[in-house]
Amino acid sequence: MTHRKTLVRATVNQESVEFLCEPRQSLLECLRDILGLTGAKEGCNDGNCGACTVILDGRPVNACLVLGVEAEGCEIETIEGIARAGALHPVQRAYLESAALQCGFCTPGLIVATKALLDQEPNPSEERIRMWLANNLCRCTGYDKVIRAVQRAAEEMREVRA
Amino acid sequence: MKWFDYAAPRTVAEAAGILASHPGALPLAGGTDLLGQLRSRVRETDLVVDVKRIPELNEISWDAARGLTLGAAVPCYRISAHPVIRRAYPALADVAALIGGVQIQGRASIGGNLCNAAPSADAVPVLIALGAVCLVSGPGASREVRVENFCTAPRRHVLEPGEILVAFQLPPPGPGAGSYYLRFIPRNEMDIAVAGAGVAVTLDDGHIRSARIALASVAPTPLFVEEAGEWLAGKPVEPQSLAAAADLARKAARPITDMRGTAEYRRHLCAVLTRRALEAAIKRAKEERS
Amino acid sequence: MSESTYAVVGTRPPRHDATDKVTGRAHYGADFQLTGMLHGFILRSPHAHAAIRRIDVSKAEAFPGVKAVVTSADLPESPEQMVDIGEGAMPLSYIRGNMLARSKVLYKGHAVAAVAAVSPHVAEEAASLIEVDYDVLPCALTVEDAMRDGAPVILPDLRTKEFGEQTGRPGNVAEHFRHVLGDAENGFTEADLVVEREFRTATVHQGYIEPHATTVLWNEDGHVLVWCSSQGAFTVRKATAAVLDLPVLRVSVTPLEIGGGFGGKIRIYLEPVAALLSKKSGRPVKIVMSRQDVFEGTGPTPGSHMRIKMGARKDGRITAAQAYLAYEAGAYPGAMVAPGAMCVFAAYDIPNVVIDGYDVVVNKPSTAAYRAPGATQAAFATESVVDEIAENLGLDPVEFRLMNAAKEGTRRADGPKFRRIGCVEVLEAMRNHPHYRAPLEGPNRGRGVAVGFWFNVGLASSCTISVNSDGTVNLLDGSVDLSGTRTSVSMQAAETLGLRAEDVRPSVGDTDSIGFTEVTGGSRTTYATGWAAVEAARDVIGQMKERAALLWETDAASVEFDRGVFRAGGRSITFQELAAQLDETGGPVVGRGAVNPSGAGGSFSGAIADVEVDPETGKVSVLRFTAVQDAGRAIHPSYVEGQMQGGSVQGIGWALNEEYFMSAEGAMLNSSWLDYRMPTSLDLPMIDTVIVEVPDPEHPFGVRGVGEANIVPPPAAVSNAVYRATGVRLYRLPMNPVAVMEALWQKESEPGGGSLHSDAAA
Repeated sequence: MTHRKTLVRATVNQESVEFLCEPRQSLLECLRDILGLTGAKEGCNDGNCGACTVILDGRPVNACLVLGVEAEGCEIETIEGIARAGALHPVQRAYLESAALQCGFCTPGLIVATKALLDQEPNPSEERIRMWLANNLCRCTGYDKVIRAVQRAAEEMREVRA
Repeated sequence: MKWFDYAAPRTVAEAAGILASHPGALPLAGGTDLLGQLRSRVRETDLVVDVKRIPELNEISWDAARGLTLGAAVPCYRISAHPVIRRAYPALADVAALIGGVQIQGRASIGGNLCNAAPSADAVPVLIALGAVCLVSGPGASREVRVENFCTAPRRHVLEPGEILVAFQLPPPGPGAGSYYLRFIPRNEMDIAVAGAGVAVTLDDGHIRSARIALASVAPTPLFVEEAGEWLAGKPVEPQSLAAAADLARKAARPITDMRGTAEYRRHLCAVLTRRALEAAIKRAKEERS
Repeated sequence: MSESTYAVVGTRPPRHDATDKVTGRAHYGADFQLTGMLHGFILRSPHAHAAIRRIDVSKAEAFPGVKAVVTSADLPESPEQMVDIGEGAMPLSYIRGNMLARSKVLYKGHAVAAVAAVSPHVAEEAASLIEVDYDVLPCALTVEDAMRDGAPVILPDLRTKEFGEQTGRPGNVAEHFRHVLGDAENGFTEADLVVEREFRTATVHQGYIEPHATTVLWNEDGHVLVWCSSQGAFTVRKATAAVLDLPVLRVSVTPLEIGGGFGGKIRIYLEPVAALLSKKSGRPVKIVMSRQDVFEGTGPTPGSHMRIKMGARKDGRITAAQAYLAYEAGAYPGAMVAPGAMCVFAAYDIPNVVIDGYDVVVNKPSTAAYRAPGATQAAFATESVVDEIAENLGLDPVEFRLMNAAKEGTRRADGPKFRRIGCVEVLEAMRNHPHYRAPLEGPNRGRGVAVGFWFNVGLASSCTISVNSDGTVNLLDGSVDLSGTRTSVSMQAAETLGLRAEDVRPSVGDTDSIGFTEVTGGSRTTYATGWAAVEAARDVIGQMKERAALLWETDAASVEFDRGVFRAGGRSITFQELAAQLDETGGPVVGRGAVNPSGAGGSFSGAIADVEVDPETGKVSVLRFTAVQDAGRAIHPSYVEGQMQGGSVQGIGWALNEEYFMSAEGAMLNSSWLDYRMPTSLDLPMIDTVIVEVPDPEHPFGVRGVGEANIVPPPAAVSNAVYRATGVRLYRLPMNPVAVMEALWQKESEPGGGSLHSDAAA
């Protein structure tokens, strides 16, 4: 074995980044420990809780189930890149205003997953929202206010588009 | 996790060369199974070979004569969204939309699901039911392996060192074809099949022309219940036929008792799921004919 | 519901901390970094019960990148004492023994040794090189196993305490207690109907999404500095200091944001270990648990074995009740069976009661609090029996409960007499809810109800309020914010001061900056810390009155304050105007509030659940769910609803799928979220809520804690619904598909057991 770190070039939140990582380090570790982006959380490290959700080349993924080295040449969007120019994204605002968080630990993952949904489906049904968010565990809210926040954000984003 | 090196070959030949010269190297497709297994030390390796950057493993192509060629590393979300797959191989679209959640489907592949060789793999009964063949390349000649012959034991399969699963070839569905996958899980998502049934049927007027049935989670490997499909061939489409086939599936099952269910419960589920999946596949076949 | 005369209390302002939580900026336990920080990894026992013969750490110490390795030999020795650990006290030797096992491991996952290294991967690799020789011992995994004659003795020094006295008897029963009210034997003879049933519930986990995480620096000055996510910084300080045999002054704890706790982040697991690693390495050490560590190495809630016997007259009056509650403590005494006994019959006015409680050690992780700890198990049993009696007497289940409901003056068997409580109001709200009256159509569907109680606690809280020159205030309290309590506390201060919620900037202090404050637990924060904020605000008002009096050259006693305005003798000045003149009138105004209320008002909760059971698979789907709870006064209704919805869903998970699935050797086989099946968004309907407000007579705003009672009724409500859907009653949690299917098969095989509606027959 070489025990040499690998240089990875990627785009994170629309900025080019380069970082050195061990092949065994997950994208989640690279974001949190190397790039200092601690918004994505480790809840299980095996893909079941979704707290580490980031958008990789347009798709929501669990950053714990991607190696940092796999991100070579990829575009990554994290919770830190959702708000733009000092203004909250409508999804963030909807979670905040709908009281759709309690401890807030799963919230970044939920918000990233929600944004990915509404970017491709402007008017999802309740069933579709529940299906889409099934990989994002929340233990505090019982999901009720989360689902309502997604519906509220969808409505607001539709109005803005219209 | 123990240290490993990483390689990302760009061609099948390069990948096969690396795998052949590094016994113990593990191919990485979506990684949704492999990374967890490396972390929990269920598997260990010195070298991970990322096969996602090889074009042939990432392509979906369709040909009316040959059918569907599905790259082994194509992520599930592309499969469930593919118009040809949705129309011609609906059970494959079903299964690609129910493995894990959306985040898992962004990475996980059908080739990975098969090579992980878990008895519970959801995609495998579907591939068997649809008559899929594995296209395998290696240092020597390429070869074809029917999916039902691919897994040999839990986490064991027929690939030799240096061989790589490139793609699946699925025959074109005949007229009156319908397929369906149904699994039972205690939750509604993010769960491992307690049992699963993949079925594919073709219908004549009021009769079943052919049927293939395979089961998940009820034997050491995904289980092809050939006799149930053969028994159904030529039978009228009526509840008694389906119940009899379902009973054959139940009898073929060799489940164990574990934390996900008892053997008795799983045998029972085999009959229920087979019957329900047949009903749903027949409904699709009828819609296809109409 | 009373009409609110409040300007802030009862409104729904945005949370003060919400922006940081929707942008990812909030810092939780694992997000903390220090220069030179090492990463720790804890080696855990692979056996449920074994003697440790030898530990050899030499290979780990020699592994490149390793800076320190510790075992129990690195822990100090000090005389035995009881240490308050937030929800009750525990002998120091047990707390220490749970940090790092000494001579025996008592459960799979018990910490044995720890490594600090330059990365988490290196620490983990090195830990795998530690050699531990074990003599594996037979294990006892349930109360029935552990209470059997000849059961393996788990704690050799343990002697059974019975009825408050030490018996000198060794064994696994740490305590047997009894509560008696009236004459139960006689009460049963007065009954026309007596139902007695036996129940079991599995061990379940709180399931907070954030794993335990801590960073500790043993500073060169001898100070131990801790940054961690916990439910109470002062409890972490006390327990850490006790384990390390340090004065509390030498330990400082800074609470970081906490990603859920539900009772499970009160006790400590990592801090002393990280401290020892830091002392040895001279560098700060961070330890973050894996999810498997959380399941296997922290405190779940007890599994239980219970028998409930209740008798009633034909007219619907319950005449007597008897409970046998035996709870699994895990490796050390402290199963939450005492609170279970306080709650088991609390919803009812029953003249004759006897309750026996058993605290039993088993070879599982030492159990901890989980949302109304001990009450949910007990309510599952009681509410199932109550439902059966109501059905046998031909009475509506809510009406039957109303006929027997506890009210002001009702005495509980464990002693206390209820003050003003909202049990009747909760039941009336259930009866009057459209859900309860809606027809339930379709085969295999059923509706169940249940009620539950949690007594809530008060305890010590501290708060200071500093007035800014623009009339806004900074509020500092000691309560870790799990769910929006910065805002519910600030709103009470704002209401008192005549300010808006956004005029208050709250922060949570560390143990060096704020007065002693008990844990965020027991549904106490909005109640007790809110009360402290009211006291601090009143102190501010008192001081500001003196300033106004100075300006007006009058007597402070003549100054009145109402809705943000000070008045005396026809003159008036607003809070803001006066705040601008503090410099001229004597300097800063800092108000302080320090309270220790006892006898918090308990909260009652009710649940209505509609389910559908698939008769061919046994799978239960919850179609509709309504939660009702007495909040006393809802300070921020959105977050009261959130508590009710979250507690309900945890209760549904407990009812249907969650359990520690144990091998015969005592290994948890499902220690991941793939197989420990907590509800996902796709498994649930919307959770309707009804907030009942029967104000607590003592609290300034009538607050009752709302964090816990909501988890108590759901398992029983779901079970009662399953019964009404299928005719089959389950006496064991979880009611997973296999269990339901087996119960359906059992019913079919019984004489006269009819088959259910099935789409197989269609």
